[in-house]
Formats: sequence, structure tokens, C-alpha cells
Amino acid sequence: MSIPTDRRYLPSHEWFKLEGSTVVMGITQFAADELTDITFVSLPKVGASFKAGGVIGEVESVKATSEIFTGVSGEVVEVNAALNQHPEAVNDDAFGRGWMIKLKASNPAELNALLTAEQYGAKIA
Amino acid sequence: MTQDLLKTPLYDAHVAFGARMVDFAGWSMPVVYTGIIEEHVHTRTACSVFDVSHMGRLVLRGPDVERFLDRLCTRNLKGAEIGRSYYSHMCREDGGILDDVIVSRFEDHFLVVCNASNRGKIVGWLNRHAAGTGITIDDRTMQTAMLAIQGPRTMELAQQLVPVDLGSLKRYRFTTAEYLGMRFDIFRSGYTGEDGIEVVCPATAVQMFLPLLVGQKDKPHPVIRFAGLGARDTLRIEAAMPLYGHELTEAWDSLTSGQAWCVDLTKEFIGAAAMRLLKERGLARQMTGLALEGKRIARQHAAVYAGDAQVGEVTSGTLSPTLGSSLAMALIDSAALARQDAAFTVEIGGARVAAKVTPLPFYKRK
Repeated sequence: MSIPTDRRYLPSHEWFKLEGSTVVMGITQFAADELTDITFVSLPKVGASFKAGGVIGEVESVKATSEIFTGVSGEVVEVNAALNQHPEAVNDDAFGRGWMIKLKASNPAELNALLTAEQYGAKIA
Repeated sequence: MTQDLLKTPLYDAHVAFGARMVDFAGWSMPVVYTGIIEEHVHTRTACSVFDVSHMGRLVLRGPDVERFLDRLCTRNLKGAEIGRSYYSHMCREDGGILDDVIVSRFEDHFLVVCNASNRGKIVGWLNRHAAGTGITIDDRTMQTAMLAIQGPRTMELAQQLVPVDLGSLKRYRFTTAEYLGMRFDIFRSGYTGEDGIEVVCPATAVQMFLPLLVGQKDKPHPVIRFAGLGARDTLRIEAAMPLYGHELTEAWDSLTSGQAWCVDLTKEFIGAAAMRLLKERGLARQMTGLALEGKRIARQHAAVYAGDAQVGEVTSGTLSPTLGSSLAMALIDSAALARQDAAFTVEIGGARVAAKVTPLPFYKRK
């Protein structure tokens, strides 16, 4: 399984990608595959603030419900509304179309504390 | 830890076909191969093979074994016909459900198929009651394999593989075929809500038999595919078939579980007195079908409310692949169900989701 090297990871299988001053996040393809068919993604409200390590959403599959954690602190500036109608986009393309949340990071340096692609890859190997 | 898990005779095939293996009741079992929904739909429209070798297969022999089983089972087994299978519960004195089983009568013995998670408990229960009777309980689980072949195309496809007439085999009947020099017991039953068969054969027969059924990884059968425990669960929920640990538990009895049809209160069996009393007083809670608003899934133990009062809890729930809606089975207070105006909600992820009482099963094949 290829793990993009342009972003960082949490051991709980979320990814975080810096785009300018915004951090885009989602769950990894590994997590999506593990969950099997995703049926619902519970996303936060735009404007809500979260601290690194906090629960920011929930993802449901036929098999299980899992919490989504954020690895960076910040304010939600956008959520992927397309997932309301097509949560399966997370299964199809977890690192792309299946993105979940954009945060205005209050401290982008927090990203450096997260796992690199290599470290995350070693964890799920 | 994985090394300690039991493996079925199909283990290598599951791995070869790309299954994700999980610990299920101490067995390494395939939960999914390609996708739960895909495997579910394939079972509803074509033909799937489920490895159910983890289920307990117990052979009972001895004097008066029919009467012995009749006393331990909720179903009437007196005069059980040779070649017929009977779904039943085994209960404690207080009615608490120990397991649900399928009892099949052969010419010279009975076969009891029980849940993997309850095998130790049921073997112990049977042995305890068999003490001094001359009845023997032979656990054949490890020496045999069991496959469920399910879906609308099963009978047509399976007929091409076996030398016995499957068309004349009625539901809950079984037949025996000698095949490749080995003995196959073929039961017309299943746990998906579809037509199909379940096959018990020697563990050593699997290597020869399986390629005829599902093909090889690089040359799979064009129609018959493996399906995993994930699809098995969504299929059985649509068909409102109870699962031990969810709808069935020692915490309540067979009547409360919604399976009164397999309980004969006119005969004596362990748990009969308790259930007669319950019936006389009226059931306090009832197994109920719920159709939920939206696409969120109500999990086991999710609270069911009528207004502000909690009146029950969910036993199983899923997003139905066939119907596209969120469905649940729940144990709900009879008093709340009796109120015409009762508006039920189910708590999911901190929110209250509206739920309508709906008849079971949710899905019935045409």
C-alpha cells in the first residue's frame, strides 16, 4: 500500500497535509480498508475549534464506528460536504477525494510532531 | 496471539483469496474478502460460500437420545424424523438462553450444531445431563468442515457438483452424498434469508472439494464467490435471524428473544416452567424491528427512548445493503409498544434519531 510522503500521520490512522496555512485531514487508506464499507462520516461544524489530540469527528462503517482525532489545533474552515451523500468516497480514495476537514492551524509546527509516511508505514506493516 | 487461534480447514484458501482474518470466538475467520456490501449483494443475487466450520458439530448417540435432547431443547423433538433438522434453543431452568442449535436426526445418531462461542458450554451442559444415561457426546468440530452455500443460484449450481437430487430436498431436510469417496451431509438451510445449503464433510475433503466450488485465486469460479462474516451479519439482520450474544443471551428467555415459534410449552423441557410463567404474566419486553431515519447505524446496546424515558436497547443494527436504510432489532418494553402514540428514538453518537416500529423480518426473499 503506498503512503503519500507529502503529509503527516497519527498512529490512530488520520493524515494531515499542509496547504499554505491550511491543514487538510482525513483517514488513511489502511483505516478505510480496515473499516470496510463506510456508510457515514460525522464532520464538525465550520468555525468550531479543536485542540491537537481531540476527537474531531466520527466515521461509521457497516462493521464499526470509530472516532477521528486531530493531530493539529485549529479552527475548522471547511468540511467535505460531498461525504454526506457519498461516504464511500473515503473507501475509494482516502488520500484524495475522501478528505474530510480543513483546519486553519493555530500552530502549524504541531505537524512536525506527527509520524512521517515512513514511520506510519512501519506501524501498519 | 494469532498463533493461538484455531484454524478451519479452509484457512489457507481464505488467505489465498485475500480475506481479512479476525479473531472470532477463538477462531481465525474471514470477515471480508472484497467488500461487505459487495459480498452481501452477491449473496442476494447469485451464490456465496461461507466457511462456518468454526460452529460446533456434536454427534450424540445412545439409548433414548431423542428423549434426552427433547428434555434439553425448547422445540418438540419427540418423533423427530430421520433426514430432518430442527432449529431450537437450549435454556437454563430460569429460561435464560444457553445457545441456539440445529438438531438433525440421522438413522443412528443426532447431530447438534451449536455456536462456536458456546461450544465449550454446550458440550459441558450435554455431558452433565448425559451422566449415567449411556449417551455419548462426540465433538466432531475439528475433524469436519462446514460450508454454507447461499443465494438464489445455489441450488442450480450445487446440483452440477453433487450426485444427489437437490431439487427434491425441502427446507430443513438433509441428505447424504458419497462423493470423491467421502461422505457429505447436505442440509437445505442457512443464515442469510436466501435459499441454499449447508454442507458438512470430513476436514480432509476440503482440499479436493473447494476448487470445484470457488475455483482458484487466479482462476475463480465465474459465479460462486467467498463471502465473510461481515456479510453474514448484515444478511442475517435483514432476515431478522437472531445471533447469540445479541438477540439471544442467558440474560433473557426464548419468548422474549422473539423466537417463540421454536418453543413448545405443552411439553416438559429445562426452562419450560419459567417460560410458562412468563407467558401467563405477559412478556415485559419484546424483540422489535425498528426502521431508523437517516443513514447512521444503531449499534448493540444503543438506548431506545419513548419521549424522555428509556424503554429499551438495540440488540443489532446495520445499514441494510438491500433496502438502503438503517435497521435495528431492539428489546423494548411491552408497555411502551402498546401505546399507540409512542414516538421512539434511538441514541446514536449523542444524537436522538427517530425510529419507527416495523415488522420483522425486514427482508423476505421472493
